[in-house]
Amino acid sequence: MPTSVREHAEVRRKITYQAELDPQFGEHIAKMAYGEKLFSCIQCGTCSGTCPVSHYMDYTPRRIIAMVREGFRDDVLNSLTIWLCASCYSCTAECPREIKITDVMYALKQEAIKKGVYPKRFPIPVLAQEFFRGVERTGRNSEGPLMVKFFLKTNPLGMLKNAPMAMRLWFKGRLSLFEEGMKNKGVVARLLRAAKQAEGERQ
Amino acid sequence: MTYRYFPGCSLKSSGRAYEESLLAVFRALDVPLQELEDWNCCGATAYMSVDEVRAFTLAARNLCLAEQSGAAGNGGTDIVAPCSACYLVLLKTRRYMTEHPDLAQKVQAGLQSVGLQYQGKARVRHPLDVLVNDIGLDAIKKRVTQKLGGLKVACYYGCQIVRPFPTFDPAYNPTSMDRIAAALGATPVHWPLKTRCCGGTLTGTIPDVGLRLNRILLKEAKRRGADVMITVCPLCQFNLECYQNEIRRQLHEDVGLPVMYLTQLIGQAFGLSDSALGLQRLFVPPARVPAAQEGGKVANA
Repeated sequence: MPTSVREHAEVRRKITYQAELDPQFGEHIAKMAYGEKLFSCIQCGTCSGTCPVSHYMDYTPRRIIAMVREGFRDDVLNSLTIWLCASCYSCTAECPREIKITDVMYALKQEAIKKGVYPKRFPIPVLAQEFFRGVERTGRNSEGPLMVKFFLKTNPLGMLKNAPMAMRLWFKGRLSLFEEGMKNKGVVARLLRAAKQAEGERQ
Repeated sequence: MTYRYFPGCSLKSSGRAYEESLLAVFRALDVPLQELEDWNCCGATAYMSVDEVRAFTLAARNLCLAEQSGAAGNGGTDIVAPCSACYLVLLKTRRYMTEHPDLAQKVQAGLQSVGLQYQGKARVRHPLDVLVNDIGLDAIKKRVTQKLGGLKVACYYGCQIVRPFPTFDPAYNPTSMDRIAAALGATPVHWPLKTRCCGGTLTGTIPDVGLRLNRILLKEAKRRGADVMITVCPLCQFNLECYQNEIRRQLHEDVGLPVMYLTQLIGQAFGLSDSALGLQRLFVPPARVPAAQEGGKVANA
């Protein structure tokens, strides 16, 4: 009786075919991240060595740079690496070719959010987007309400787990559930709308 | 010169003690800090992850406001941002507005819609920079009434005030905070992790990674003999202090190291009251000034 391997294990292709690559991806990201120098990377690995979280990443920063250049768009945008980057700029400060690696990571995050290619409840992009929306509405970020929305959207049980910390912050006068607002309401929303338009016109 | 104070969201909430102690210390030094009227969020790292042009436009509005209030004859245009993330975002905006005309054009178009124009006159400063370079160690020393008698301090600079633009302190080995601590009579410990990342928001989003980064920092500071760690960033302070319980629970490491703001330590040496410095807001009780036991008498009393 013939048996399919699939019954026993998940079979996944470990390589990406050339036809699946996006030859324009490198140029596109370089342009977004003011990173014409991206293409002068010598693959020395200093970025990965200095990165405090590279050992948690699926691809180290060095590999991400190589993959961006070669057009591994889907692998890069689906990677955990881009979300683990905490923007500490160690790589940017150390890179002997002066590549703005942190800006490359920002560009990749922007692309991934634009294309919606991240797990639904994955905390980091959700936090970024909730932050974005809150500021659009009120002009300022309100830590308390942001955390509530963040947990509701990613891990409602996490809210319970974090309740003791929240209570402590509350008693210490370090947490407010009210939204911070500006006097000049609506000015930021107007500003952001205009910026979005300006961006669109020149793209 | 009057400085334009840009609080950012943290200093109004989880980092309230930073605002309280910063304002108290600057008042004690007779240096006017005036809150920037109707400031908006700097955008932090989150905004930059979603949309770049809007992130820069958002930050640029604050620079325009500082220019305006400076031009209105209200003192200087220097904007003082105590939060490292605010500081870097504002500074990066200023840099990129000159380096990338294409971006500048888009940002200006946005600003125009709310009747603003960016001129690039507002300098972006960190309080640490102002304390060391404008006010000076001598003026700080003069104001000390209670020497910190050899208190061992680990100075934590974090990432974004020295990287990628080291404007007032070298990126590899910044010393401004160590020099202030020494001027207060404390002893800065040699601690090579002073600019290593605390993980930012990773403590909340991916605790497995975030907590470990903080454990490394705390453990090494303690191993080097620090009685207290001091920092100048609200998020670093929050991570390093408020997550110590979690680090104990999840990583079985009992650190128990007080983590204060630099300005709280300065305030202590100036003899300011605990409540004026927001010391009651700390999770880990702050180090008592060991003035008496070390023979450091109250100087001007």
